[in-house]
Amino acid sequence: MKLYEKNAAELSQMLQNKACSAVELTQDILSRIDAVEGKVGAYVTRCEDCLEQAKAVDDARAAGKTLHPLAGIPIGIKDNISTKGIRTTCSSRMLENYVPPFDASVMKPIRDAGLVITGKMNMDEFAMGSSTETSYFHQTHNPHELDCVPGGSSGGSAAAVAAGEAILTLGSDTGGSIRQPASLCGVVGLKPTYGSVSRYGLVAFASSLDQIGPLGKSVKDVAMLQSLIQGHDKMDATSAYLEYTDLAENLSGHVQGLHIGVPKEYFGGGMDNAVKESVWTALRLLEQNGAKIKEISLPSTEYAINTYYIIASAEASSNLARFDGVKYGYRAASYDGLTDMYEKTRSEGFGDEVKRRIMLGTFVLSSGFYDAYYKKAKLVQRRIGQEFAEAFQKCDVIITPTTPSPAFRIGENIDDPLKMYYNDACTVTVNIAGLPAISVPCGRSREGLPLGMQVIGSKFAEQTILNTAYAYEQLVGGFHVIPETL
Amino acid sequence: MKEYEIVVGLEVHAELNTKSKIYCNCRNAFGLEVNTQVCPICMGMPGTLPTLNEKVVEYAIKMGHAMHCEINGVCKQDRKNYFYPDLPKAYQISQAEVPLCGKGYLDVMIDGKMKRIGVTRIHIEEDAGKLLHDDAFAGSLVDLNRCGVPLIEIVSEPDIRSSAEAKAYLETIKSILQYLNISDCKMQEGSIRCDVNVSVREKGSTEFGTRCEMKNVNSFSAAVRGIEYEAKRQIEVLEAGGTVIQETRRWDDAKGMSIVMRSKEDAQDYRYFPEPDLLTIVVPEEKIQALKESLPELPNAKLQRYVFDFGLSQMDATLISEDMTRSEFFDACVNRNVCKPKSISNWILSDIAKYTNETGKTIPETALTAENLTALIEQVEKGVISNSSAKKVFAVIVEEDRDPLAIIEEKGMKQNSDTGFLEQLAKDVLAANEKSVKDYQNGKTNALGYLVGQCMKASKGKANPGIVKEIVTRMLNA
Repeated sequence: MKLYEKNAAELSQMLQNKACSAVELTQDILSRIDAVEGKVGAYVTRCEDCLEQAKAVDDARAAGKTLHPLAGIPIGIKDNISTKGIRTTCSSRMLENYVPPFDASVMKPIRDAGLVITGKMNMDEFAMGSSTETSYFHQTHNPHELDCVPGGSSGGSAAAVAAGEAILTLGSDTGGSIRQPASLCGVVGLKPTYGSVSRYGLVAFASSLDQIGPLGKSVKDVAMLQSLIQGHDKMDATSAYLEYTDLAENLSGHVQGLHIGVPKEYFGGGMDNAVKESVWTALRLLEQNGAKIKEISLPSTEYAINTYYIIASAEASSNLARFDGVKYGYRAASYDGLTDMYEKTRSEGFGDEVKRRIMLGTFVLSSGFYDAYYKKAKLVQRRIGQEFAEAFQKCDVIITPTTPSPAFRIGENIDDPLKMYYNDACTVTVNIAGLPAISVPCGRSREGLPLGMQVIGSKFAEQTILNTAYAYEQLVGGFHVIPETL
Repeated sequence: MKEYEIVVGLEVHAELNTKSKIYCNCRNAFGLEVNTQVCPICMGMPGTLPTLNEKVVEYAIKMGHAMHCEINGVCKQDRKNYFYPDLPKAYQISQAEVPLCGKGYLDVMIDGKMKRIGVTRIHIEEDAGKLLHDDAFAGSLVDLNRCGVPLIEIVSEPDIRSSAEAKAYLETIKSILQYLNISDCKMQEGSIRCDVNVSVREKGSTEFGTRCEMKNVNSFSAAVRGIEYEAKRQIEVLEAGGTVIQETRRWDDAKGMSIVMRSKEDAQDYRYFPEPDLLTIVVPEEKIQALKESLPELPNAKLQRYVFDFGLSQMDATLISEDMTRSEFFDACVNRNVCKPKSISNWILSDIAKYTNETGKTIPETALTAENLTALIEQVEKGVISNSSAKKVFAVIVEEDRDPLAIIEEKGMKQNSDTGFLEQLAKDVLAANEKSVKDYQNGKTNALGYLVGQCMKASKGKANPGIVKEIVTRMLNA
């Protein structure tokens, strides 16, 4: 087994036992990138100093320093997370040459722990999309089927893990942008509780929904990375102040007595049969091992997509207004006066999907429409949150499919935004309610494409959903992430 | 021509003097090298987030209490979205629906009477940067130092009826801000700015006329000029049979006129919505109360007391009450209860003001104590020493903390008020100046002054001039 095929937990042991060095591991990842990146296209920017970073870890280890278990593990960072000195493009022409003068707060524990930053991962432009097709730079391909999308918006992050181009990656999830690509690429992705990971330095799409989270090959991998990046940050007013415990140390493989809620609204007509069957197979397996399955109802689910696109677009229209050509980023080459500079800069700098959402968001916030759209959406948001809270009185976790269908073909949905948006049907509710949820690989479609199962928890119940996912992973004998065809 | 009434509402923006900015740790300071008091947060770099400086909330609540506002201990912050190069995030964090301070009022003295002006709200928000224009470079440059400087916006009800009332309202706000020490109130640095809403209506009408909003009013005198100009313009429109159009105008103080910026139809839609990056502001009731109790007596309350309880003129009372150290000293003197408040006021506004102006010291920085000053005034009021002697004693006690009575004793300044002695003295002087006595009796009343002067001279300046005058007058008229 090649080093790039191993998961972070295994590699952590090997590095600590000196079965391999960080430099060897990084070199293996670099040669894997050289071999497959041309087909996958997971990266926007590659870090030239990976080997130096790795060497620093090896030197520290040789010097007898106590290192973090993830020291020396190669990690890719989604390109909307600010990295000091490394350009952060959000896969947009607008920020093609933007190099942040500061690090996002999550980068501090990552750098301090000695993870090797391999580069910045491709994504849908400003995290708007479910296929990584809206990236200004290039398409990322699904490592399982190169004609298919990797999902999005963290498509580069998910594809890199699936292709062995990074051991771990960070993504961000506003409506499913970690879980949906994790599902489509057959990897594990965690969307943490809103407020448990600092958003400082994450280029905002929808501030009240955005959350940074980890992707990896195994549940333990994401538990390790989440344990590293979670925590209160005084730079983020919405960051939750509480005691955070190590999630990887406390993983139990048991589901005995676990109450699993299965909401019927997530198994409706729009769902691919293979998806439903796979998730039910998983549920039966958990049931056989002591879990109690209970059918529940989350009746407001049908309003979730509308609610999500109103709130997210409204916030986006405001968050993206700062890209005006005045201070940083793209500015139109020729213009006639201030207004023309604004219009040309934004017309040329943003892609269609971003413009569509800015227009939608501007509309729903405009005078005369605010009450009918934004205000109403906020009311539905509260209702969805209440329904989840009530559900968690009756069950410990809720299990649903992650996506309605497996990966679709590149170009298949790009001209039909509504069809594209439906991809988020199972995931947006979690962001609307600010809950944690994890997607794990769960069987295959008839064409052999990965399918995903989503485990949702109540606020700050990361440990419970990780335990459930870990138990499932143990029961199926682990996940086989890297496709042999690649 | 019909008689018209002017109706004015004011929106006052005051920069707060907190140490750091409202949403980041940058220094809140004026006049430094352009773009040096900035960080990724106040420059609106992608991914940055605001965190609220709690001092701003405290300061604003203090002002709310000073203006008798309801305090909304639970309120949000909202984004006001618009594009301008001095606004790096392209939205200003402000408060829309629920301001920190709700309805209140301010009592203002106008022509010796108190007038109550309603306050609609006070909310907190961030300032924007500044555009720099200069012949030395093409286009405009942006200075972001001012981005994120905390502001309060005080919105009045349309209760103001003249430019003079507007000025009194603004000056009262300024003195309160200074009392609370929450704003530097430096007009020339733009720490107080206002938008003026003006309409006119026929006298006696209860309906409001159509209003125009005037922006860019950067001094109180500009507000006066702007209101007068705008009212005159609107009256002329109405008199010519036209109607006033609701619009936003820009005041050009140099030209003394306002020009249209935009009409109501072009009004900007700011698309306010709750700022998702900040939590709801929650101020516990105890904290709100504690801030209320921390407030000193405010200048407008002092002014009222000085005029109505002590009989000072509005002018004198204003000069004392608007300066906190002055009024504190005045109150301390009055509280000793040994001399007339009016006498204390006269001393403060003449000799003490002269001394503090010349030395650049404030009253507490001098050696003068309330005890010494009132003891001195008491001696003057009792006729023990003359005014000119008192000035000499003052010159000493303002420099060192000494008992004025001891100085009077030491310098032999005591006047002779013994009527028996003074009557004999007057008799002698009158006998020696028969011609002047005759002159007086023939109607030359200024001879009285000469005779009193001769008495003073004969007493070597020690005679109490008031009593001498009384005696001489009585004798001449006998």
